[in-house]
Amino acid sequence: MSTLLYSETLPGGASWSARLRRSQGLRLVDASGTANVALTLLRADDPTERLNLPDTLKSQHIARLTYPYVLQSDMGHVLASVTEDTSGWHDVLCGLSDAALVEAKYGEATYQAARNARHTNAREHVLVELGKYGLSERDLPSAVNLFSRVSVKEGGALAWEPQGKPGQSVTLRFEMDVLIVVSATPHPLDPSTTWAPQGVELEVLRCSPPRADDPSRTVRPENDRAFTLTERLYL
Amino acid sequence: MSAVTETVESRLDPRRAVRTVVEAGDHWMHELKAGQTLRIVDLEGNQAVDTFFLDAHDPAERYCAQTTIRAQGNLYLTAGTRLMSTRGNTMLEITADTCGRHDTLGGACAAESNQVRYDIAKRPMHSCRDSFLLALARSGRNLSKRDIGPNINFFMNVPVTPEGGLSFEDGISAPGKYVEMKAVRDVLVLVSNCPQLNNPCNGWNPTPVEMLVWDPWRPVQVGRIPVS
Repeated sequence: MSTLLYSETLPGGASWSARLRRSQGLRLVDASGTANVALTLLRADDPTERLNLPDTLKSQHIARLTYPYVLQSDMGHVLASVTEDTSGWHDVLCGLSDAALVEAKYGEATYQAARNARHTNAREHVLVELGKYGLSERDLPSAVNLFSRVSVKEGGALAWEPQGKPGQSVTLRFEMDVLIVVSATPHPLDPSTTWAPQGVELEVLRCSPPRADDPSRTVRPENDRAFTLTERLYL
Repeated sequence: MSAVTETVESRLDPRRAVRTVVEAGDHWMHELKAGQTLRIVDLEGNQAVDTFFLDAHDPAERYCAQTTIRAQGNLYLTAGTRLMSTRGNTMLEITADTCGRHDTLGGACAAESNQVRYDIAKRPMHSCRDSFLLALARSGRNLSKRDIGPNINFFMNVPVTPEGGLSFEDGISAPGKYVEMKAVRDVLVLVSNCPQLNNPCNGWNPTPVEMLVWDPWRPVQVGRIPVS
């Protein structure tokens, strides 16, 4: 159960960050079906603790993110649970786009020339947003790419696959007080060379706390232990 | 893209290298200069070697697993892989590999992640992150957990399925297999010879590995950072 607290539109090519609390949530809605949202998380009251994708993947035996799996920190805690997902696959392998990649693929579009339609990239977005909280490049976590599907073929080759589900959405419920950073910029492996980043709607929610039989907790015994360790932060 | 079964032998002469054995559960930190080559030898087979790189002059720039993966369009590391930084620069290039594939998805074991993965009571067991943190503390460089990102696991086998599943498999390495990499810039090499006893990444028996460093110009001193 959740109730809407407020919503914002995140335009394509823009970034957003917020401190969100335990038992709040964030629903992201991609009306276009072709958005990519790079997302990362840090612990709000101690940002040396941050999203750790290796720990997230190996403890849940996954190489993609979807319902009902969780995002874990490097300290064995659950930062967020995926409580709803209509896309079915979020990329955890490819990380942030950067300025060199964007210029090589889309060409140059400076602010002087293009104003707010300038070409942006996820790495610089994350650095700028982290800077608003006194954080720097040393604090840069790895990132997931929401709404993008990248599978691994025989031999390890990566395959970016269009999902094309207009109206797709994903909801995170935060299990800790977090700093969340998102960037609505194209996926690094998106083959299109036309600059057309899609925006998303951001809905900040109040969520019911997870019960003992919450699917994010029961999906694996590892998750139950991670929830137990997380609860110890809030006793 | 190299197939996983391809291997590339080195042409370097081990008699001209400076050699250091790193025992299981120990750490090794070394500044590898641009142009120098590091070989890691899996002496007894099936031993994961957790390895991370920082720029020697500006450690805010460090190894980035995600950039490395997406730059080569392939999940596994082998000869020809460029090891990329968080700023998108090449730090080192893998120049030889007799194992055939290495992992950079699984990261390092840690006391806290062992609690999640195996049992909350497993916290006291030795782990790679503890080795990394001790190496950083002994380096005198004012580096901490903030400076550690997802690392490489040389000789470790973490296959991913087309459906997005992931598992830890018995190693595909064997006694004497090695991987060799040449530094493109001056890098700080941080190694934990993995002490994990809870999964097959070390064949349930962590064993020593050997580091060989070749200097194209002059002999070098290698070894563990002395206690200051």
